[in-house]
Amino acid sequence: MLTDRFWGYRRENSRVGVRNHVVILPLDDLSNAAAEAVANNIKGALAIPHAYGRLQFGADLELFFRTLIGTGSNPNVAAVVVIGIEPGWTNRVVEGIADTGKPVEGFAIEQIGDIDTIAAASRKAKDYLQWASELQREECGLSDLWVSVKCGESDTTSGLSANPTVGNLIDKLNPLGATTCFGETSEITGAERVCASRAKTPEVAQKFMDTWQAYMDEVIEPYKTNDLSESQPTKGNIEGGLTTIEEKAFGNLEKIGKKTQFIDVLAPAETPGRGAGLYFMDTSSAAAECVTLQAAAGFVVHLFPTGQGNIIGNPIEPVIKLSGNPRTVRTMKEHIDVDVSGLLRREMTLDEAGDRLIDMTLRTCNGRLTAAEALGHREFVLTKLYRSA
Amino acid sequence: MIHFLVHDSEDSVGVIVTEDVKANQTLTGWVMNGDASLDIQVLDDVPIGHKLALQDIASGDTVLKYGHDIGRAIADIPKGGHVHVHNLKTKRW
Repeated sequence: MLTDRFWGYRRENSRVGVRNHVVILPLDDLSNAAAEAVANNIKGALAIPHAYGRLQFGADLELFFRTLIGTGSNPNVAAVVVIGIEPGWTNRVVEGIADTGKPVEGFAIEQIGDIDTIAAASRKAKDYLQWASELQREECGLSDLWVSVKCGESDTTSGLSANPTVGNLIDKLNPLGATTCFGETSEITGAERVCASRAKTPEVAQKFMDTWQAYMDEVIEPYKTNDLSESQPTKGNIEGGLTTIEEKAFGNLEKIGKKTQFIDVLAPAETPGRGAGLYFMDTSSAAAECVTLQAAAGFVVHLFPTGQGNIIGNPIEPVIKLSGNPRTVRTMKEHIDVDVSGLLRREMTLDEAGDRLIDMTLRTCNGRLTAAEALGHREFVLTKLYRSA
Repeated sequence: MIHFLVHDSEDSVGVIVTEDVKANQTLTGWVMNGDASLDIQVLDDVPIGHKLALQDIASGDTVLKYGHDIGRAIADIPKGGHVHVHNLKTKRW
């Protein structure tokens, strides 16, 4: 029997993190320079620069705030310094993060300038970093663990090996009370009815179909030119042998296992509200956008199966890479945390592969750095719904 | 040695899982759902991860993988032939 315990940081709101970051969070593109300067001054603080935060409005602005506040609120984050161009929206992010009870303070640049703002924010970041460095991990059960999944640069080996390995883990962790999440709305196309049949109730199935249909009607149909054959599947997918979106979708769905049912459909970056279990989140299928939304919803460790070799990481949520493609695990060895190519040679059973992934997941939760962390991958990409005002 | 895998016993295609498969080789496959094995002579050089036809497929036929419809053949594909974007197309877009 594998261990079912891990060592995590229990935060003020009782959620458990597996990393202990002090984040310097810019409200907007203008504040990236100051945030990066603070992180440069205070060794160990983590700046998360991004491209947006100005003149957004309506649902797009709400998603922006939900993502930023969610990122700061993630239990992998011990404390947050927010830097914005003006105090209004800066304080909205500060107050959102403060609801978790964790230390957070905001700094606004207007009428002060970069240099004095950087000095004041650096002093606060130093205090937070030294405080956080004394926090201790404690032993936790799997009911404290929130795991997100999303695959990328998939090929046909993904559906044969790495994706069902993730599915095996989901089927094993679900009865133990873990909270898990999959997404990728456009990539379910072709398998949407099979996906809906995996919903716990008819209401959840209908909510999934409505979400999928809305993505088709509001995103794909108005903006497609002739056909999505060159975006879905991607060039890399096609190189790897995937031919159609339906084939890709059935491979994708292998990630949710054979029996686990999903209990709710989440909006992008929405925190699960129905307790432990598997959730579907409405997301793009682009890797960094999807993982950024899942991290903002509160997931603390990510499982990322790849075929051709996607190299993504995330600033706050460790991303564990697994692949079953023997060529990829040979040519891109430094990116792969778990090699399941033995499945294709019948040297390993799916149960063994799933156990190997559970073991690596718990080791990562205990502090082992992932390949993406060691290589410095910190892709943080906000999902934007439409042009700013 | 296993050269290709088949998800479901109903599937009309299998996936090459070894590198350097050359035309006219006789390949051994494993049908995962059903735990059966079968041999097929491959007609083309097929890269790892790409598909081969397990039976003659006529243009217009639905192609099955995972036991599900993954699209429509847009050319006749002989048993053992390479199946990819040149002869298989989605029904969705």
